[in-house]
Amino acid sequence: MLLEVKNLSHNYDLESSVTDYSLQDINFMIERGQFVGLIGHTGSGKSTLVQTLNGLIKPTTGQIIIDDQDITKTKNLKEVRQKVGLVFQYPEHQLFEETVFADIAFGPKNLGLTEQEVEQRVKNALEVVNLDYETFKDRSPFKLSGGQQRRVAIAGVLAMEPEVLILDEPTAGLDPKTRQEIIAEIVNLQQKTSLTIILISHRMEEVARLADRILVLDEGKLVLDGTSAEVFQQQEFLQEIGLGVPQITEVLMKLKNKDNMIATDIFTIEEAKQEILKLMRG
Amino acid sequence: MLDEIMIGQYIERDSVVHKSDPRTKILVVMFFITTVFLINTFSGYFILAGFIYLATMMAKINLKRIIKSIKPLTFIILFTLVIHLFMTRGGDVLWQWRFLRIEEEGLRLGLFMALRLIFLITFTSLLTLTTSPLELTDGLERLLNPFKRIGVPAHELAMMMTIALRFIPTLLEEAQKIMNAQKARGADFESGNLIKKAKSLIPLLVPLFINAFRRADDLALAMESRCYRGGENRTRMNVLMLATRDYLIMATSLIYLGLVAILL
Repeated sequence: MLLEVKNLSHNYDLESSVTDYSLQDINFMIERGQFVGLIGHTGSGKSTLVQTLNGLIKPTTGQIIIDDQDITKTKNLKEVRQKVGLVFQYPEHQLFEETVFADIAFGPKNLGLTEQEVEQRVKNALEVVNLDYETFKDRSPFKLSGGQQRRVAIAGVLAMEPEVLILDEPTAGLDPKTRQEIIAEIVNLQQKTSLTIILISHRMEEVARLADRILVLDEGKLVLDGTSAEVFQQQEFLQEIGLGVPQITEVLMKLKNKDNMIATDIFTIEEAKQEILKLMRG
Repeated sequence: MLDEIMIGQYIERDSVVHKSDPRTKILVVMFFITTVFLINTFSGYFILAGFIYLATMMAKINLKRIIKSIKPLTFIILFTLVIHLFMTRGGDVLWQWRFLRIEEEGLRLGLFMALRLIFLITFTSLLTLTTSPLELTDGLERLLNPFKRIGVPAHELAMMMTIALRFIPTLLEEAQKIMNAQKARGADFESGNLIKKAKSLIPLLVPLFINAFRRADDLALAMESRCYRGGENRTRMNVLMLATRDYLIMATSLIYLGLVAILL
């Protein structure tokens, strides 16, 4: 077991920050190598939760245990932030260096690695996001396309070589092609390295297809925790809290009214096609 | 860290001072500033202090709040006082120790300058405490209007002020976000000596500036696409009107301050 959150609460403090949302008594465990989807309505506390996981927000009460260490008590936050990599929304807005290399090297350098190790990590990170090291390392990050900037920014976190990678809407505002490419890169990385991933997304299709497990937050509370099949069976409840189910699942649920035999724990069009064909041939 | 910076000190109260026209308040502040520099007797300053006290009471603002506004500038006030104490020469020698010497004129001027600064700060903060930023820019625009003929871009200046005020909270929030993102990559903004700290701000400032320019671009486009064309022929929802109250306030302040300036 890699990460455990116990009785985590965080109070919305009016004076501290506008972007804080409260959390109430959250409990869950994440195993190494799991791909977890985190969904919830805007303001449900997703961002607050993930920021507590790498020590950017200190929760009011509760414990977060990573590798047998309670990070709410530790003084060494750098170590925590190395273990838990956090890619914020629109991460390309945080690029600042003159070259792609220097920007990605910022994290590893802060960890105090040697030049060679830093270079190796930059190479690896760029490879994961499918950017050629030699072509891109000396270019200015500000002269890249939006998709390339996003990749460089993600590589900047990957270069920290975290054990848990948290992605806060990594594909927001991208065109469909780039979105699919970046998702494929993340999946590829996870399969190769058995990295633990927490993905925040508003695209139910994306979460349903990728995640082994889904956590649902509503008003700072963890209201659902289960596999895609379990979570998306609760269509009415999800709609009540401002979420939905993947469109194709909704189609199948409507079909179920006509034919009780049809399965509804299906999240991709290909699977849905097979299911419908199966029934028609029945 | 960034949350400590306070923006817009406006405190809402139901008082004559709050209700009066921003132009009135700006003009009274200007009279006051002039008087502060005209007076050079202690009895005159005593009466000025009385004026501030009266205005504060009328605005229904806690006196402590006014005194608190001096705090950020304590250093400058003390610095002025000390410089005058030791540097200004004239009159009897009051105190001497090796090369340090305080003379009568130094003490007098030092105290005067310190008092002037304190009065300036407290009275102008009374203005910002009782007038919302929007009212203030409106008032300034109207006051500058007559100078348009000699090329003062009154409307543009007011617009710039409004936009700047509007974006301060946005930029603060953004700075917080960028800081968190860089911290997540192991950046350290707190420890180290001054040079190291200054250097650690680069990963914060570069993206902040770039984003500010991007925002400015977007805003310019948004204004352009809604055919924004500056001050000509624009009407307002709330037109500033000088009431009897405003004339009364201006007249009494002018008489009060004028008498002080002439007599003391």
